[in-house]
Amino acid sequence: MPEDGTAVLEVTDLTAAYGPVRALDGVSLSAEAGKITAVLGANGAGKTTLLRTISGLVRPVSGRVTLGGEDITRAPVEAMVGKGMSHVPEGRGVIAELTVDENLRVGSLFRGKVGKDEFDRVYETFPRLLERRNNPAHTLSGGERQMLVIGRALLAQPRILLLDEPSLGLAPRIVAQIFGLLRRLVDAEGLSVLLVEQNARSALSVADVGVVLNLGRVVVTDSARTLMADEDLRHAYLGF
Amino acid sequence: MQQFVNVTLSGLIQGTVFAAFALALVLIWRSTRIVNFAQGSMAAATAFIALALIHSGQSYWLAFAVALVAGFVLGAVVERVVIRPVEGGPELNAVIVTLGLFVALQALIAIVAGSSFQSFPAPFGLRGFTFGDTTIALTPNSLFVLGSVLVTMLLLVGLFQFTRVGLAMRASAFGQEVARLLGVRVGRMLTLGWALAAVVGSLSGLLIAGGGLVYPAYMDSLIVFGFVAAVLGGLDSPVGAIVGGLLLGLALSYVSGYVPRGSGLVNLAALVILMVVLLVRPGGLFSSTTARRA
Repeated sequence: MPEDGTAVLEVTDLTAAYGPVRALDGVSLSAEAGKITAVLGANGAGKTTLLRTISGLVRPVSGRVTLGGEDITRAPVEAMVGKGMSHVPEGRGVIAELTVDENLRVGSLFRGKVGKDEFDRVYETFPRLLERRNNPAHTLSGGERQMLVIGRALLAQPRILLLDEPSLGLAPRIVAQIFGLLRRLVDAEGLSVLLVEQNARSALSVADVGVVLNLGRVVVTDSARTLMADEDLRHAYLGF
Repeated sequence: MQQFVNVTLSGLIQGTVFAAFALALVLIWRSTRIVNFAQGSMAAATAFIALALIHSGQSYWLAFAVALVAGFVLGAVVERVVIRPVEGGPELNAVIVTLGLFVALQALIAIVAGSSFQSFPAPFGLRGFTFGDTTIALTPNSLFVLGSVLVTMLLLVGLFQFTRVGLAMRASAFGQEVARLLGVRVGRMLTLGWALAAVVGSLSGLLIAGGGLVYPAYMDSLIVFGFVAAVLGGLDSPVGAIVGGLLLGLALSYVSGYVPRGSGLVNLAALVILMVVLLVRPGGLFSSTTARRA
């Protein structure tokens, strides 16, 4: 487990484009060990593209991504989870046709044989999932799906968890519950999280560091508390 | 009564072959959203490999095994070389590629093996069992047909439900991107899916050939029937493909057995069934499309 404060994931001058449109324009940021780093910004700021480029789903035009010092910029998507990065894509990313249990098992396939106790721990953390264990994932509610994908990501024992808009479409109470849980995992287990959120208020309330993105560029990086206090910035970019 | 039993039995046996072929189509549709129109030609190619071995004096069983292995290899090669470039592209591209492959393979078979009719041996007897003085339309060979399709299906169910590879294949089929993010080698799983489907297709090709005549286009009608069976079951559902195949086999058997001059109406009947299914229940009997949209 790396010391708190060292960068687990480092993104340097990352540029990505969809055809002629630049979605990321020289983005640099780092996610530190044992912290929640929140990337904030309006729709179209490039948040999702940032995560997709980090995990290799989108190939960057230029720039570098390193994970624990290792250059992973051109590594295949399938290899990322083995290197310690779990990416939960936007829209929950459950495999709807598989059961809850099967979804969890897919998440640990790459590790070979995984002890039952690890699954039990996930079910302990999310008792709702235990009740729905043999139901197909498409029968789950939005909150349950979010629990499932987080639980599944944890089974991969990641060094860093990339979360794309976990609050999307969830009731505020559920959002608070999920974020509270993230905080506990980070504090208790030394997990590191790179969180992408449009819901800046909730995200900043749980994050350590905030990175504000606008039109594919980093506008400001600072501690969540400072960002929260900066009224002009909040009005200009964060919408609250 | 005796006619009813016979018509039903031969319908069921035909139906299991349709079911196997439909299953091959469904396996591919599920994983790559492509209807493999070349399935028939691919199966025919492997049946001709088997025939060549039999003609060279090898045993039926060796030829049978080699044909299935050849199906596996052919399926994998086709996916890697021909299908991979059009995967994820516009659907029409894949349709045209598989249609092209269908024609090309058939022509290749004709070039290599000639286009005349050749008889294909059956591994077991073709004379119906007799009870007292009535002979029923159930032969040792048709028991082999039933048995081998049943075993194949059980093996596939076992693979998909109880093994890690099966789980990885299902994950790749249903959620490609998520599966990749979870570290599943999706490309490999798709290749394996095509290879297994081609084995099942080859099996149906060998079974339908057994005791009959083969020529390069002998699987063409099975493409139609297999496709109807698969759509009947819902294209997405392996169970649906099996039930669809059996239902279609029975329906066609009743048409040719009971409708005057019905044997000429079999193709028409299959297409009518296809039309009715698409009109009344476009998702098929066992569709899981509602699940997919959720």
